[in-house]
Amino acid sequence: MIIISRNDFSVGDVLSKIRTSKTGAIVSFVGVVRGEEKGKKLVKMEIEAYEEMAEKELIKLKDHALKKFDVQEIIIWHRVGTLFPGDNIVLIAVSSAHRKDAFAATQFLIDELKKVVPLWKKEVYEDGEEWVEEKK
Amino acid sequence: MKVKIKFFASYREIVGKHEITMDLKQGTKLSDLIEDLKCRYPRLQGFTDPIVTSVNKKYARDDVILNDGDEIALLPPVSGG
Repeated sequence: MIIISRNDFSVGDVLSKIRTSKTGAIVSFVGVVRGEEKGKKLVKMEIEAYEEMAEKELIKLKDHALKKFDVQEIIIWHRVGTLFPGDNIVLIAVSSAHRKDAFAATQFLIDELKKVVPLWKKEVYEDGEEWVEEKK
Repeated sequence: MKVKIKFFASYREIVGKHEITMDLKQGTKLSDLIEDLKCRYPRLQGFTDPIVTSVNKKYARDDVILNDGDEIALLPPVSGG
């Protein structure tokens, strides 16, 4: 399941959806808005998406991970809009029979998401604002 | 032919619009359109890396020939997650 939404997620609810009768491991990654960046207090974060394309890219990533790793179910939930320090940004949840595959798939999904999915974060400070660029 | 061009994040702020429509000659390449946009909006030239683009919601190469009704997007370096 792929979700791009202004709404927050409940990690517990999402994890319960990817549990199957053959599941032996569930791994989740939650990205959270930091309260401080480069020594400056963050006021808020604006997240923008090219939603239709981001959804397609996330589906491609999910399908790729399902082929590349021995995993069962994947849910990716990415939030957009205005978020504040401590708010959830993204959840990646993966179930598998054994932990190694779920860990590897989760790492792969968040790394690739940061490279290819058309989503942008703007950090707003008390004295200015800045679009985030991932380090290459 | 008419195409729709979408701008996101820092590019949207430079252009001041989320979306514009342009009339192009048949056979226009994506690279021609990007050069045209850089002339219209000179601040788009301030980026050292090539501008990443999509056509109809798929990442596109510069040499692709555009068609009537295409939706082009200019995509700044992504930073989700």
